[in-house]
Amino acid sequence: MDLLGYGAFFLTTALIFSLVTLGLNLQWGLTGLFNVGLAGFVAIGAYTSALLTTPDDAARLGGFGLPILVGWLGAMVVGGIAAALTGMATLRLRSDYLAITTFGVAVVVQLVALNAQKLTGGPFGIGFIPRPFGGLAETPLLFNLSNLAVVSVVTLVAYLALEHLSRSPWGRVLKALREDERAAISLGKSARFYRVQAFAVGGAIMALAGALQAHFTGFIAPDNYLPILTFQVWVMLIVGGSGSNLGAVIGSILVWAIWAGSGTLTSILFPPEQQARAAALQIAAIGVMLCVILLIRPNGLFGDRPRRPRFSKRAKIAAGESSSGS
Amino acid sequence: MSLQFVVDGLLTGSMIGLGAIGVTLTYSILRFSNFAHGDFMAWGTYATLAVVSAIGATFGKVAPIAPLSFGWPLIVALVVGMAFTALLALLLDKVLFARLRSQGQAIIVVMASFGASMALRSLLEFTFTSRPTYFSRAIQIAMPVGFGIRITPDQIALLLLTAVLVLGVHLLMTRTQTGRSMQALSQNAALARIVGIDVASVVRVTWVIGGALACVAGVMIGILVQIRPFMGFDMLLPMFAAAILGGIGSIPGAVLGGLIIGLAEAGAVQLIGAEWRAAVSFIILMAVLFVRPIGLFGVRER
Repeated sequence: MDLLGYGAFFLTTALIFSLVTLGLNLQWGLTGLFNVGLAGFVAIGAYTSALLTTPDDAARLGGFGLPILVGWLGAMVVGGIAAALTGMATLRLRSDYLAITTFGVAVVVQLVALNAQKLTGGPFGIGFIPRPFGGLAETPLLFNLSNLAVVSVVTLVAYLALEHLSRSPWGRVLKALREDERAAISLGKSARFYRVQAFAVGGAIMALAGALQAHFTGFIAPDNYLPILTFQVWVMLIVGGSGSNLGAVIGSILVWAIWAGSGTLTSILFPPEQQARAAALQIAAIGVMLCVILLIRPNGLFGDRPRRPRFSKRAKIAAGESSSGS
Repeated sequence: MSLQFVVDGLLTGSMIGLGAIGVTLTYSILRFSNFAHGDFMAWGTYATLAVVSAIGATFGKVAPIAPLSFGWPLIVALVVGMAFTALLALLLDKVLFARLRSQGQAIIVVMASFGASMALRSLLEFTFTSRPTYFSRAIQIAMPVGFGIRITPDQIALLLLTAVLVLGVHLLMTRTQTGRSMQALSQNAALARIVGIDVASVVRVTWVIGGALACVAGVMIGILVQIRPFMGFDMLLPMFAAAILGGIGSIPGAVLGGLIIGLAEAGAVQLIGAEWRAAVSFIILMAVLFVRPIGLFGVRER
């Protein structure tokens, strides 16, 4: 029974990660936009939803006590707007500028979370975030399973929507921009406009994931949104294979399993006073893993980014034509 | 407000500027923003610290040079640390960046540098723990120099060192064949190859300069503030902002950008409070990207 409960807990966390990874896949995998500040967007979502749904608190702004769904919607709206602004500032420039700016966004969000006590509760964070099925907390198993159900449904909906989007004309424009910007522009597509849209939608999905996580744990603090989160999600996407939504989900579950597993292992193997060092070693190992994957298998498990674009694209087109013709 | 912020700002600006030289060179010659640059700083500082301790263990306690808080061991160690950091940068390029660069996707290299940065920093944390350390625990008396400004001998020495290094790099870039090759490569890589510039050696020089200066900047932080595994990572945003503010590829620009950001940070600390310091470089960065994305001394992208 305990194992089942833990399994449900594990999968819930992994699926929330995979939601972030799906958002990143829309930005990077489909559109080629490099976001190294995604922890910031996740944090924006978590804090927005927490502010909207928590009961009134005299120590800080709000606590508006709104329904959880409103919190989630609000998180997506604010996250989307933040991402759109970031995109508008940088997407007419070289891709590196977006990377640097998103990095800065994460730093500033972290600062606001830490220092704007009136808004975010400062280093102690926000507690008493309403949890869906909070009434079931007496029976942990049921509580975990119902959480898992909610998160699964949200992830599934996001997954299907993204699959649909990437096949839609909109998604094809994004892919075209990624593969050959000049050709796409010459067909009359505004590169910047489409990229800002993709970046905003991706940011909204990340914010939603942050909100889900906040309502799942019931408590958030600035420490949840350190650069390490960004890093984890990147590894998940690269392992799964950028460009593939399925890869994003499976990569997230796989990497989270490795992460949680090695965390448990180090907590068994190392004495308590060495835990922090062991955790550092764990991060170093994952960092090396990311570099190795980039070197030897840049497509990850399910990636669709062809190494020889022309050749395989032609092959794909040929295959597509023959299948649609039959 | 007291004018003390000018000295603080110039010092912070020197650290940022020295780091930003490496960032701007990597960006203009190798064409990627190196997220591991901050960690070169931290590695160089810890290497210098290790050499200082080794010298201390061999020669016993060495008296500091008159008004300064450090003696010759630190100077020797700094040179060793600079060499070490340059080698580290070269090694990382050989193992990782060069291979990815040859695949031709610039942004993959950026991502790899992000992964490398995590790995490097965590290795430091593993080896030295995250507890801050210091080169010296001696407290220096700051001398008043008028206008309500106080400055310590260490600070004067480090400002002078920065000026010498910046001048040196500037002369190297403008007066030597190597420097001109570097400029040529950053302006037009294809043409530079055609006229027979040895690209591999230019790349090596770029890493050596960037790594060595990162080490100096790190040691400055170590002397004036403290040594932590995250010290370089926290400098990353100011360094990027300085490089972009100054104009990518411009060394005077990077230094001037660093000084502007340093002064702005020090001013903000006095006016608003130290906790918002890190937001200053972001605001400047955004302003530059909106108003003049090529920076102060930048040239338009080809």
